[in-house]
Amino acid sequence: MDCRVKPGNDGLLLLSLAPNDCFARIIAMDLVTLGIQLLNAIQYGMVLFLVASGLTLVFGILGVINLAHGAFYMLGAYLAYWIAAYTGSFWIAVVAGVAIAFVIGMLLETVFIRRLYGRDHLAQVLLSFGLILVIDEVRQLLFGKDVHSVLPPEGLRGAIQLTDNLSYPVYRLAICGFCLIAAAIIFLVITRTKIGMIVRAGAENREMTRTLGINFDTVNRYVFAVGIALAALGGIVVAPVSTVYPGMGDGMLILSFVVVVLGGIGSIGGAAIGALLIGLTDTFGKVFFPSVSSVLIYVLMAAVLLWRPNGILGRREI
Amino acid sequence: MSKIIKVSRRTLLSGAAGAATLAVTPRLFSPAIAQNAPLKVGMMLPYTGTYAKLGQFIDNGFKLYVEQKGGKLGGRAIEFVQVDDESKPEAATDNMNRLVGREKADIVIGTVHSGVAMAMVKVARDTKTMMIIPNAGANDATGALCSPNVFRTSFSNWQATFPAGKVMFDAGIKNVVTITWRYTAGAEMISGFTENFTKSGGKIVEDLTLPFPEVEFQALLTRIATLKPDAVFSFFAGGGAVKFVKDYAAAGLNKTIPLYGAGFLTDGTIQAQGEAANGIKTTLHYADNLDNPANLAFLKAFKAKTNMDGDIYAVQGFDAAALYDIGLTAAGGDAKAQDKMIAAMGAAKIDSPRGPLSFNKAHNPIQNIYLREVRNGRNEMVSIAQANVDDPARGCKMA
Repeated sequence: MDCRVKPGNDGLLLLSLAPNDCFARIIAMDLVTLGIQLLNAIQYGMVLFLVASGLTLVFGILGVINLAHGAFYMLGAYLAYWIAAYTGSFWIAVVAGVAIAFVIGMLLETVFIRRLYGRDHLAQVLLSFGLILVIDEVRQLLFGKDVHSVLPPEGLRGAIQLTDNLSYPVYRLAICGFCLIAAAIIFLVITRTKIGMIVRAGAENREMTRTLGINFDTVNRYVFAVGIALAALGGIVVAPVSTVYPGMGDGMLILSFVVVVLGGIGSIGGAAIGALLIGLTDTFGKVFFPSVSSVLIYVLMAAVLLWRPNGILGRREI
Repeated sequence: MSKIIKVSRRTLLSGAAGAATLAVTPRLFSPAIAQNAPLKVGMMLPYTGTYAKLGQFIDNGFKLYVEQKGGKLGGRAIEFVQVDDESKPEAATDNMNRLVGREKADIVIGTVHSGVAMAMVKVARDTKTMMIIPNAGANDATGALCSPNVFRTSFSNWQATFPAGKVMFDAGIKNVVTITWRYTAGAEMISGFTENFTKSGGKIVEDLTLPFPEVEFQALLTRIATLKPDAVFSFFAGGGAVKFVKDYAAAGLNKTIPLYGAGFLTDGTIQAQGEAANGIKTTLHYADNLDNPANLAFLKAFKAKTNMDGDIYAVQGFDAAALYDIGLTAAGGDAKAQDKMIAAMGAAKIDSPRGPLSFNKAHNPIQNIYLREVRNGRNEMVSIAQANVDDPARGCKMA
């Protein structure tokens, strides 16, 4: 296999490393392609952020390791498929799916999760792993094992022509926009509202906050439910581009944890930075380092943790 | 750490009584030599995960044949034991040992994922258990690791894509970019195509790969657009195939760079892919509109049983049952008479829904490979890409 690729057009030489076994490719990438790959990277990063934001809330603020996060992402996607097929409207699927996930989150918190606060992480891992198995079976019973498609909403189905043979789906741009709005809302709620202040205070020092008379039971329930709802929202929003299939949650779960750890546990801003970094690493890794692209993300995580053991913006130790 | 086990008189007496009882009761666990004891068929398939639907269809196809024969194969009643392999190679050896050792399956049918199947083949070779592979195409299963007791009713990866090389070159395509997952099946599928394509005079511009089972294709699609090949040859299956075809169309690449692939790209996935699949040409040992009597009957029966449209996975499961039936009948229903079974199965000529099916010395199918195009929501046969394709069984000591 020829690892030196002759480009069709002139451009900047972007990378040059040992080429003999295609560990890295010598590729000249022109500015347009570079721009498109950056767009790919950012869009992927934004999706990761949306899905991981729920996890960073639950892990960072409640201190609960929720392995079922990926399962809720998958459940959200299947709900989106089913509700959109049933009602014919994608927007109803978004609202209904999030509402259903929120209610499920509240129920789960009341019945199971509240027994886990303060206990060691192994208990949380066991419970949430059990939840994964249960949710997968429920999904199998309700929706079957098939692979499904979800159509993007009307008006977002077109594509923008980027080069003479490549176009970019409008819906992917819409996802970027949506994730930005979601990030802004989360940020505003956490930093500018009273409930956000309580949540942050609880994350920093739970005992002191409790002494000041804040009832944490309700706050925790809402935070967990919001975390689950965000995971499901990620699944719903991404369903039109990712297709809906069994096992879609597994990869997303691992990536979400990497984002959270990379960005710093409990930090929304860190999660955003972490997600973007992973988007960039994954996208350019696939093009330049194909044989090791699967490992690059973890190498990045290890490198960042060596530099900053608490993550990029992390300040709290779990 | 030592523990002193206290043996009280009570325990001793109970133990003795129990042993005496066992000695006089009839032997409940004697081996099933009786002809009317059911045969245990172990189905080790992906019942969950990205290949869940394929596992389900293979299972349904196998059971359809057994039902058509009144619940019996070779005159013996059949009992099924199901194991979900989750397409995880690392758990495969344990799962297979469970079926062979603990459940004492008379034959194991499995599986979809080639990595899992190869682990199963190793156990089958060591324990001399009969095994039929109803999908996994790893070349080695009927190549370097071939074994008399291992059969395959599906295809070898080489066999499914080799004909595409010449077909595409003859269609005027001179430069191709290949794309697939980085695992055994992906590498072997692409290499079968590449062997024939370069032999005919074509050129591979670049081989793109991504780790299995990742489905983020955007970066590689952009790369394809930059390279501007005459066509793209791909291998994906299951959920990944749906996403790839949809992403390819969403990026508008299907308008300027025709997409070809191994048939799995569009088998069982067209409904989810929708319009994005139209016009995609693939090579496979089956097409949805084959009009031989066996296929028409099979599709009708499958629809009646499962209310779903049969596909190649169901056919492979169906033929696996047919093959075992032939073997068992020749052995007079005795699952332990392996030599007779193997001889009969090796010489079998089956009138399969896919067309005429026979087996080579390495126990891989000899079959037609069809060129299909996605039209009207199904894979319609365009032509026979290559007839009676025989896998070269490289490295097999039996051939």
